[in-house]
Amino acid sequence: MSGGAERRLPGHYLKSKEMYSLPGLVEYRPVARYLFSAGQAQSRFLDGLKEGKILGKRCPRCGRVYVPPRSYCEYCMAPTSEWVELPGTGEVHTAVVSYISTFRERMEKPEIVAVIKLDAPGYTKGGYEFAGLFHKLCNVEPEDVISGRAIGMRVKPRWRPPEERKGDVNDIECFEPVES
Amino acid sequence: MSRRVAIIGVGWYGFKPSIPDLSFREMMFEASMRAAEAAGVDLRKDVDAFVSSQEDYWEGIAISDEFAPEPIGGVLRPTFTVAGDGLQGLAQAYMLIKTGYFDVVLVESHAKPSDILSLDKIYELALDPVNIRPLSPSNPLFTAGLDAVAYMSRTGLEREDLAFIAVKNRVQGLRNPRASYAAKISLEEVLEAEAYIYPMTRYEVAGFTDAAITVILASEDVARRFTDNPVWVSGVGWSTETGTGALAWHEWGRMKSMRMAADMAYRTAGVKPSQIDLAEVEDRFSFMEPLTLEEARLAPEGGAAKMAREGVFSPDGSLPVNPSGGSLAMGVALEATGLARLLEAYLQLVGAAGPHQVEATRALVASWRGPPTYTSMAVVLESEDAL
Repeated sequence: MSGGAERRLPGHYLKSKEMYSLPGLVEYRPVARYLFSAGQAQSRFLDGLKEGKILGKRCPRCGRVYVPPRSYCEYCMAPTSEWVELPGTGEVHTAVVSYISTFRERMEKPEIVAVIKLDAPGYTKGGYEFAGLFHKLCNVEPEDVISGRAIGMRVKPRWRPPEERKGDVNDIECFEPVES
Repeated sequence: MSRRVAIIGVGWYGFKPSIPDLSFREMMFEASMRAAEAAGVDLRKDVDAFVSSQEDYWEGIAISDEFAPEPIGGVLRPTFTVAGDGLQGLAQAYMLIKTGYFDVVLVESHAKPSDILSLDKIYELALDPVNIRPLSPSNPLFTAGLDAVAYMSRTGLEREDLAFIAVKNRVQGLRNPRASYAAKISLEEVLEAEAYIYPMTRYEVAGFTDAAITVILASEDVARRFTDNPVWVSGVGWSTETGTGALAWHEWGRMKSMRMAADMAYRTAGVKPSQIDLAEVEDRFSFMEPLTLEEARLAPEGGAAKMAREGVFSPDGSLPVNPSGGSLAMGVALEATGLARLLEAYLQLVGAAGPHQVEATRALVASWRGPPTYTSMAVVLESEDAL
């Protein structure tokens, strides 16, 4: 309950202590901890990120390149074979501006996230699917997204400094326009 | 409703306590490719529907059904998940084929308990949130212990009778390459081992295993095109009891859901219990094997443990029970446990079980979900020779 809403709405407001001490409410906090095995394809991908490389795997049958990489091609149900290093550049395929969080709190600064279609030399299919990543966009204004200018924009990864990389998707801070 | 349902191929991957180098998706792919190869099926062309049996908290992913299609060939195909044991998924596939609208259906289940760091707390989460969880029972297996004690009290069995099951299955597992928990142990060693939950010691409680299993089913006419060695799914059954919110309503020392599931499977198969010549059944706790055999009418009330000690259920006995070593030797593969039993029975019926091969033509496969749930599943499988 935000202070602003309390001032505006009539009625008696329950403190959370009062709320959760009501009989009939039994609190429980699940403890669910996991250590996910990323697997053969993703593990090498994460290693690559640490070195500032975006790695994909190519299907030997259809030529599709999977980024993030997979050990198998979902179209052909064949094991992917060849590792490919992508240049990292690409274009914004679709992007969106978020003004509120999951819990509907207004964020201080709108966040722009996008699906990036990565340049993948030798990708021989070309339907709706592509080698790409979901990530944040930097140096792109909400107006660029709202107007549609962001779509098709050439972008590149902004890598964190090598000493800060941990081998996860956050080793790329965001994607930013190539010209910036 | 008359068309019969056959298993035309089975594939598996894993059966190790930990498989750190593969993701669960890679394991699903490996099992599915092996099933496809065994069946001679193209997963992207020949399969009409896909079923995956899994639970979100085992996966560590909410709405984990979204991860089901991709590794098993089900992308942009009719795919659904069953939040239950793989045999419950198999029963759904069986019914799909019976409708006449589906000819080939793939069933998959997998387990990666090695990825779960707080397994005990996931068990706790399965308990009734109002009546049980606030008591915070320190051993999540307590329901199994309560059942074991009630079963012994009702039948007059001794600890030795239950411990013998652990000896039988752990030793039998030595012939099975999938039995990571097999061990050459003696009755004394079982009885004197560290107590897990009374009356059972550590050898009498199955460990966990990482595994993926894929089964491909087909209608009779289509099955004949793919294989000359089908195994028929002649009957299926399943049943669920009251949850842990009402533990007093469970009949302790019995598995009523197992009785109902087995009866349903016999009825749909048109088979009598006396016709069964192989059983791959629930044994994740030592007492569950004799109790399951009794509930499934394969042994008289309170008589299964004695028959086991007489050798009736040994690989060379008249009714081999868990020649694979069961879950005690192979480990519990979470929701894939039922398909592990099915895999072993299938391999026996097609004569491909290898070192632990027995003579059999008609098998009862039975699995149970828990603790704490009381859900049982049963399947009657028949080889060509049985008909």
